[in-house]
Amino acid sequence: MLKEEVFRIQVKKVYQLLILVLIMFAITGGGLLYYLNNPGVFDSNSKTETLLAVSIEEDEDRIANGVHVRTGLVDAEGLMLVVNNCTNCHSSKLVTQNRMSADRWNATIEWMQETQNLWDLGGNQEIIVNYLVTNYPPQKKGRRMALINIDWYELED
Amino acid sequence: MKRREFVKKATLSSFVALIGTELIFGSKMLEGYTPLALQDPNPFKMFKKNKEMIVLNDKPWNIEAQAHLLDDKVTPNSSMFIRNNGLVPESIDSKTWTLTIDGESVKKTKTYSLVELKSKFKHHTYQLTLECGGNGRSEFDPPAKGNQWTVGAVHCASWTGIRLRDVLEDAGIKSNAVYVGYHAIDKHLSMDPKKEPISRGYPMSKALQDETILAFRMNGCDIPLVHGYPLRLVAGGWPASVSGKWVNRISIRNKVHDGTKMNGTAYRIPCKPVAPGEKVKDDDMCIIESMPVKSIITYPQTGAIISQGKTLNIRGHAWAGELEVAKMEYSIDFGSTWTTCDIKKPTNRLAWQHFSVVVDFPDVGYYEIWARATDTNDVSQPMLLPGWNPKGYLNNACHRIAIKVR
Repeated sequence: MLKEEVFRIQVKKVYQLLILVLIMFAITGGGLLYYLNNPGVFDSNSKTETLLAVSIEEDEDRIANGVHVRTGLVDAEGLMLVVNNCTNCHSSKLVTQNRMSADRWNATIEWMQETQNLWDLGGNQEIIVNYLVTNYPPQKKGRRMALINIDWYELED
Repeated sequence: MKRREFVKKATLSSFVALIGTELIFGSKMLEGYTPLALQDPNPFKMFKKNKEMIVLNDKPWNIEAQAHLLDDKVTPNSSMFIRNNGLVPESIDSKTWTLTIDGESVKKTKTYSLVELKSKFKHHTYQLTLECGGNGRSEFDPPAKGNQWTVGAVHCASWTGIRLRDVLEDAGIKSNAVYVGYHAIDKHLSMDPKKEPISRGYPMSKALQDETILAFRMNGCDIPLVHGYPLRLVAGGWPASVSGKWVNRISIRNKVHDGTKMNGTAYRIPCKPVAPGEKVKDDDMCIIESMPVKSIITYPQTGAIISQGKTLNIRGHAWAGELEVAKMEYSIDFGSTWTTCDIKKPTNRLAWQHFSVVVDFPDVGYYEIWARATDTNDVSQPMLLPGWNPKGYLNNACHRIAIKVR
């Protein structure tokens, strides 16, 4: 009785999987055939609106090499909160080039709320500030830094 | 058994097909195609900038030069830094552009068309040094909030326009006038129509100077859109933020102008010196007026390696806000000894001045060339960072380039 039911369920599962696989096969096979007949269809200069739309969906929040591709922000705890709250009005570049303590970030957020129409961040503020001070900590520069990152080259005259 | 085998094979082949397709997509997409969501307009093409310019911020656009890009005596558009507080306006019709002079201290509010301004008032051309108040901000410790400019937020282009004084006097200035404030058409980043991204100004004494102009041409051409087309206020020697772009209204005020970025900590420094990192009350902050004395070595580019026995030609520019540069020196031993070099007179008041000199090195090794300008009040550039201030303005520490002799 029980065994039979289990068997029936298994058969059903395999059957469903088979159907799914066949559908995928049909779609990709069809797509490939179409591609073979229209090799230029995915070239960037040809105007394929559908591909563009798909790309937007897929790549909006793509992470590569530990970096959120669209914004250049480091992939770490709180990333998407920073992306969604801090890159609507200004570029992420303004975030990453400013290295501040938690106190000064909180003061900056307050300033943005008072003057720049930033919304109330609620409980997310702590996560956002924590993300910033952890991943973009202030650097000690002293009264004058040594010259760094010099690209040496032979000067011809 | 056989059925299971078939399932396995079918699954595998469909996966192969899937993976195969993915690879084809992948290789195709690499051919210079960036998905639309990732496409940024190319700022170098859009603004006709040198590819070596550094993009600090793309919303709003803030782009700076590197020292060696500023070698020209008159800065071409390609090397001019871009500093925006709001969004660059999109569609501008110069034929319908107007400028209104209003405010508490105007005798009669008056509106001029651009055509009228150009035909009614005498044209003047000046080469004017515009430096961002925050140029050099990146060096402050503790760091200051904002775009982290290094050395390249300065330019000295040639501007053609009419004197602001001529227009203000035409509208009529009441005797209680103390300040002017500009208004422009650029939009706030939040798109809030009630907010102005920036609306700054200066005292009447600056407004009435010969060299304070309403410009409509830059380096002999229409002003590029991002630099303020069709009408820009240009007031050399002061933080470049007083040189409002896309100006369509100027208010003659009976008090210090209170527009956006005139208050709080914006373009202000502590009235009395403070320790690095000290909290400063808004009331204790004073508006920046003239920029301090400064210089930049524009040739050679930092990092030059030369052979022993060879001399090195260096050159660059120096400026001093409202004043002139009286003396120019350089050092190859970190300031232990200084050698005076020739500094040219400015083309006109508020234009930067040029220096060039041949440098000898005593031995092989690593050197830094430091440049130091002194103004007509005998004030020099500091070798270390000048007084810390909350927003990181006015860093005029000596510019340095690295050289190796071998």
